[in-house]
Amino acid sequence: MPAVSKGDGMRGLAVFISDIRNCKSKEAEIKRINKELANIRSKFKGDKALDGYSKKKYVCKLLFIFLLGHDIDFGHMEAVNLLSSNKYTEKQIGYLFISVLVNSNSELIRLINNAIKNDLSSRNPTFMCLALHCIANVGSREMAEAFASEIPRILVAGDTMDSVKQSAALCLLRLYKTSPDLVLMGEWTSRVVHLLNDQHMGVVTAAISLITCLSQKNPDEFKTCVSLAVSRLSRIVSSASTDLQDYTYYFVPAPWLSCKLLRLLQCYPPPEDGAVKGRLVECLETILNKAQEPPKSKKVQHSNAKNAILFEAISLIIHYDSEPNLLVRACNQLGQFLQHRETNLRYLALESMCTLASSEFSHEAVKTHIETVINALKTERDVSVRQRAADLLYAMCDRSNAKQIVAEMLSYLETADYSIREEMVLKVAILAEKYAVDYSWYVDTILNLIRIAGDYVSEEVWYRVIQIVINRDDVQGYAAKTVFEALQAPACHENMVKVGGYILGEFGNLIAGDPRSSPLVQFNLLHSKFHLCSVPTRALLLSAYIKFINLFPETKATIQEVLRCDSQIRNSDVELQQRAVEYLKLSSIASTDVLATVLEEMPPFPERESSILAKLKKKKGPGAVSVTELEDNKREGGELNGGADRGPDTASTPSPSADLLGIRSAAPVGAAPASAGSLLVDVFSEAGPAAPSAAVNDDGFLRFVCKNNGVLFENQLLQIGIKSEYRQNLGRMYLFYGNKTSVQFASFTTTVNCPGELQSHILSTKPVEPLVEGGAQIQQVLNIECLTDFSDAPLLNIKFRYGGALQNLTLKLPVTINKFFQPTEMTSHDFFQRWKQLSQPQQEAQKIFKANHSMDTEVLKAKLLGLGTALLDNVDPNPENYVCAGVIQTKGQQVGCLLRLEPNAQAQMYRLTLRCSKDSVSRRLCELLAQQF
Amino acid sequence: MQFMLLFSRQGKLRLQKWYVPLSDKEKKKITRELVQTVLARKPKMCSFLEWRDLKIVYKRYASLYFCCAIEDQDNELITLEIIHRYVELLDKYFGSVCELDIIFNFEKAYFILDEFLLGGEAQETSKKNVLKAIEQADLLQESQSEDWGSLPNEELL
Repeated sequence: MPAVSKGDGMRGLAVFISDIRNCKSKEAEIKRINKELANIRSKFKGDKALDGYSKKKYVCKLLFIFLLGHDIDFGHMEAVNLLSSNKYTEKQIGYLFISVLVNSNSELIRLINNAIKNDLSSRNPTFMCLALHCIANVGSREMAEAFASEIPRILVAGDTMDSVKQSAALCLLRLYKTSPDLVLMGEWTSRVVHLLNDQHMGVVTAAISLITCLSQKNPDEFKTCVSLAVSRLSRIVSSASTDLQDYTYYFVPAPWLSCKLLRLLQCYPPPEDGAVKGRLVECLETILNKAQEPPKSKKVQHSNAKNAILFEAISLIIHYDSEPNLLVRACNQLGQFLQHRETNLRYLALESMCTLASSEFSHEAVKTHIETVINALKTERDVSVRQRAADLLYAMCDRSNAKQIVAEMLSYLETADYSIREEMVLKVAILAEKYAVDYSWYVDTILNLIRIAGDYVSEEVWYRVIQIVINRDDVQGYAAKTVFEALQAPACHENMVKVGGYILGEFGNLIAGDPRSSPLVQFNLLHSKFHLCSVPTRALLLSAYIKFINLFPETKATIQEVLRCDSQIRNSDVELQQRAVEYLKLSSIASTDVLATVLEEMPPFPERESSILAKLKKKKGPGAVSVTELEDNKREGGELNGGADRGPDTASTPSPSADLLGIRSAAPVGAAPASAGSLLVDVFSEAGPAAPSAAVNDDGFLRFVCKNNGVLFENQLLQIGIKSEYRQNLGRMYLFYGNKTSVQFASFTTTVNCPGELQSHILSTKPVEPLVEGGAQIQQVLNIECLTDFSDAPLLNIKFRYGGALQNLTLKLPVTINKFFQPTEMTSHDFFQRWKQLSQPQQEAQKIFKANHSMDTEVLKAKLLGLGTALLDNVDPNPENYVCAGVIQTKGQQVGCLLRLEPNAQAQMYRLTLRCSKDSVSRRLCELLAQQF
Repeated sequence: MQFMLLFSRQGKLRLQKWYVPLSDKEKKKITRELVQTVLARKPKMCSFLEWRDLKIVYKRYASLYFCCAIEDQDNELITLEIIHRYVELLDKYFGSVCELDIIFNFEKAYFILDEFLLGGEAQETSKKNVLKAIEQADLLQESQSEDWGSLPNEELL
């Protein structure tokens, strides 16, 4: 029975669709569509009122055009009109249009909501379902606001038809997902849970999705669902394949509902009630047993439905992780699937086994399948299956099989698909490190990795091998020998040159006794790669060379020769040139003792969590490596905790901008390598130096940009007030710490430090009294000198004990660059002359932003004066605008600044422009000020 | 389920159903990317793949690909059977459904889908019950559409 014979075929629509299908080209199609759009538009605009049928037809055509991928910007109103039609077919098309082409036009939403409201209260089940479908399809916040309280009532009302209940349940689910705050089950909770007992299977199927979602968020309120779900599941599992009539799918009773029930149970721990638990274990065993029974049908639908339940049951078994017997049975079942002829089953078995590998009960059982999995990695034709195999090998790896697995993964890498190489490289690197018993194996593995897949070896990986070699003196000689050999290859990857350069620079002496790897041979080998390398690698090699001069005085002349040649000392790259010049100078004038000190061997790196693991986590998302994480935490918990502490040891660790070779102190000021700084950094210091232990509170900070006195911070215990004064490049800040409680604060200490490139200098801070009596206030004075311009604010850390608990607080001190302004009065003519002088693009910073505070003239003037500049009248031709001028005084330099603020009261916007004689000052002032108005 | 797409072997989108709020631009981007990815796969390959942080489950029926995006916790095999049940529903309704039926009666395809899946979850898995709901609606249409049979002139536009 073809559909056209049913209902009302819309012939005009069918003709239009055929026309489109007959179009020979995209252009013809667009032409036909435009013609149609023009036609519909004129019909909609025409004087003649359209009847419902025509409206429906045109709306349907618009919908078709939209679904073809074209934009539709009209017809919404006509669709909304259809909603209130009495004819089902018109209403239906209206709802479909609205569902697909939601428009946030608020007027329209109001009309739509009205129509929905009417249909919901119509008591006509077909209309009610249409309205509920529409809400579920759109799911907007506006709809949630309008209907979230009404739908639970419909859902549990005794006289609601089953089909309406089904729609209401899923409609509510959708609203809960978008606006959980608006869907409050409250008094309905228990009646909703009891829908699990409904005699209509369709109602249970729909309701359980809602219950699962609600249980995830409020497990306690819904926990009665567990026993209901178990008994429902038990009834289904034990029913004969024909009992459930139309809910039996290819001889499998209610597969969808079974999966959903098993899924719901995964929101909870194993049932505490022994009887319930016994019943559930029985169900799980039955499901596992059924997998062994001969199939009741050869159709793939039968086995898919059956196995869908089986996999969901296995997920639940893994979730409980408490029934060794079931876990092992699950593992054996999956083992059978690993060799199944259905690719889908092999894929899912590999995936599911990954999680089993992390359970202590089944880890060993998973390991027995290693050969099959390795075989899958080698022979599967589908890359997504191979990917799963690689994941599983990674998950099942432990000390006993690490060498085999790493070797297999390495050999797979030679031919692996590009799409998974990077991840494979990370995994190999992690396994090699984690299970390395002898570090020579580790070094071999990583060097192999670079040899096989050098392009995919990220910085984290080769940094890590260097760190480990530096930290373990038993492997240094071996590493030097191995890189030396690896570098013999005529074409070796640049990453190999990096590792080679670094390791030979540090430990080349360990193999220098052998004439085949004498110092000069080593140097020549490295230098033969030099010209093929990128700038960062060359920079690294230059550092290795200067280290050679220290290690092997006999190479000094040769290396100086190299440094002295024009291609180095006059290299067009600033970084390379600078290194060449400095190293040459250093090697010529410094005494051997000085050289030996400056170029000393790198100190060990502090032990921390492997950054490669962090990278893999980032790549795969937090859930994806949970297996490893879990194991790591168990195994090396202590180490991880130690690693998290970025406390005082940062001083001995190279900071991100420091040169690892440690020559910074000897180099002239400003020699800190900028570009190469990022090349050889400590890979662990991603978070920057000395992150304070408590999160920095900067709430008060911005309020003090345009004022000097006030309360910086206040909580229930403590109030901190500030008074400050500035003159030229000097400032003094008084801090008042007030104890708001009646109890003494003990061990009260404060420290101020200046993070990052902050050059503002805190000259003196007198320590405060360690005891602050209840209700008392103590004072502290900071003397400040601005050495050069800066962006970061100093951090004030306060620690004290209150009733035994240690309080720790870090605040940003409101020392900002504008505090060192001297106002400058000038005439309009002078202003514009200077404005033009500061016309280089980088000298200007501009921001357009929305007003956050009052735009009142007096308020603005007060703020601009508080900024420290002079507010200049009669400069800007537009009297609405504000113009300011000032000079920032730092110790070494004066920075002239001009400011223009253009308010647009109508749009509630500002445009702020700054021009300063120093780029960084323009940028910083612009940032600071954009948040003030 | 986050969305379902039906597209032809030539990559033409025949039906799209989104259960999460996304901009039109994002929808088009996703569609383009997925159609390309799925069409590039060979026949014997497995029906599941990881894509962004979602799992894609797809199956080909004659010239049409049915493709669903599900979340990490969702069950791949049961999704495959969701697709199959939907195809069965279309088949039963249209009578040996083919791609053309879905092109010319796209609105019906949407209505059937809404009866079967709502908000990305199975609402009613009984074939009988779904078709009953649709047929009831069709009955309403038939009784009302008689009036319009006499207006053929209008349609040709």
